[in-house]
Amino acid sequence: MAEYLIQTMGLPGWLTWSLLAVLSAVLILNLMAGGALVFIWAERKVSARIQDRLGPTRTGGRFGWLQSLADGIKLLAKEDLMPERADKMLFRVAPYVSFCASFAAFIGLPFAFDMVALRLNVGVFYVVAVLGLEVFGVILAGYASASKWSLFGAMREAAQVVSYEVPLGMCIVVPVMLAGTMDLVTIAEKQSGWFTNWYLFHDPFTFVVFWVYTTCAVASVNRAPFDLAEAESELVAGFHTEYSGLRWSFFYMAEYSSMFLVSGLAAILFLGGWNGPVPIASLLGLSEGSGESTGAFVRLLGLANFLGKATLGVLFMMWIRWTLPRLRIDQVMTTCLKYCTPIAAVMFAGAMTWLWVFPGGC
Amino acid sequence: MSSSVASLLPVLAAAEGGLNWQGFLFLLFAVLACSLAVAVVVADNVVRMSFYLVLSLGSTAGLFFLAGAEFVGAMQLMIYVGGTLVLLVFGVMLTAQEPFVAIKTPVRDKLLAGLVGGALLAVLLQAAVSGPAWSGSTAEGGNAVASSSGQPSATPLGMALLGVRVDGDVASGEQSPADGQVRSGYLLPFEIVSVHLLVVLVGAAYLARSKRRKSSGGQGGGASTGGMR
Repeated sequence: MAEYLIQTMGLPGWLTWSLLAVLSAVLILNLMAGGALVFIWAERKVSARIQDRLGPTRTGGRFGWLQSLADGIKLLAKEDLMPERADKMLFRVAPYVSFCASFAAFIGLPFAFDMVALRLNVGVFYVVAVLGLEVFGVILAGYASASKWSLFGAMREAAQVVSYEVPLGMCIVVPVMLAGTMDLVTIAEKQSGWFTNWYLFHDPFTFVVFWVYTTCAVASVNRAPFDLAEAESELVAGFHTEYSGLRWSFFYMAEYSSMFLVSGLAAILFLGGWNGPVPIASLLGLSEGSGESTGAFVRLLGLANFLGKATLGVLFMMWIRWTLPRLRIDQVMTTCLKYCTPIAAVMFAGAMTWLWVFPGGC
Repeated sequence: MSSSVASLLPVLAAAEGGLNWQGFLFLLFAVLACSLAVAVVVADNVVRMSFYLVLSLGSTAGLFFLAGAEFVGAMQLMIYVGGTLVLLVFGVMLTAQEPFVAIKTPVRDKLLAGLVGGALLAVLLQAAVSGPAWSGSTAEGGNAVASSSGQPSATPLGMALLGVRVDGDVASGEQSPADGQVRSGYLLPFEIVSVHLLVVLVGAAYLARSKRRKSSGGQGGGASTGGMR
């Protein structure tokens, strides 16, 4: 696209690159904000149905589909409070740190073939590295609030995220090893074809690894049953006790976009990325390279596949949240250190052995 | 830190012939990294310090991404920025007896630190700028930062960390493969750094623990006994 703009339209290089950068940023921002709106509404409906309630029914006519927008307007109108003893600068900056980390991680995430803001040679590594920074905003928020609840929540979050990064990293290494690259686009391309080509079904070990990844991903984005940092029965609201209004909603948006991000990462690493369970496009004899309109159609199909998988992942997380009770902090640590890490290590060795015994797959 | 100061110079030299966007971004990240590094020193609260440090290291990662060194940039984010996070947690747990402790440095110490730091900076700056690589790239200017020959790959670096060098001789001339010496990769430095980090970790755990039980004695135990327990 950049070459097209430079050569056909005759735009100067810096303008083209700035335009493309702004375009990507706007698209990602809208995805995060719009996704959060949809997912918050879905969370309300899912939780209501699980608890045998109806959830929002009236806002916007049927199904309460405008509920999140109404919530957003309410949040905008709320008073922006700050504790008197808080560290003012850090208190203001903390929500943006969380949000920016989540945003920056989306830069490396491909949504379909060629639909990636920046195709990185080390995409997986970059996404995981940036995603780990989100906790920094939480810790800053907890510290800067000058409240004991907040500090407790932040310290729990720090301990939890730092611990769960270990098994999470080990799980992510397995698909990277199978694909032989850290480039997310190539990893997804290698799983094209029928759903049996997905790394989830590559061998028994990767199947287990996927579920360990799911557990660690839920823990690393701080969702129930691992939401110790905001355990409302013990810590009022944890790290965001002192936040209100728009600042609080930034944390909320960061949480929902991180959920989408880890689901998208799972879709690419284990579930074939934008390749559907049935290769419709290649059965019809189409591919990304065949013609301008058919190529665009195939890409849109891939985008729909990817978004569908990632959304299913988010819905799965909601299902878990409203089904399982919250763990205690020691149980959270036990789950990580005594179960997830050893299982991930053994499965890692197993997948490696499988690759060694059956070099071409079985 | 001083390396990014030094690397400003060729771009500044190229800026006279018109600033391109790479040069602009380079200047942006470099100025951010340097000014935030100064802010780390000036700030008097440990959490603010770490916040500035994270931003400064993040800007340095941006410099790496700008240079096309994605692996190093992601490493920078993962290890240094993520490491600062752990540093922050330890720092707060170890130093903060009450919230928002301001660390006041006496003027004499500031002078002394400025003297030592300035002298070190001067030596490093001189060494960095006078090196052959820097003076060679001055002719190319800012374009040399962004232009990369071919698609860079992280595979040779990863193999080198495991002890196998699959890449060609980058700095040709110093040690050629012809003299029979096998280039052994970066396994030894990698392991040394790992052990170093482990020692730091054990030491931090010891410090955090000994505060609680002062009466148990054992002053000469040091980090190793702390780890044994």
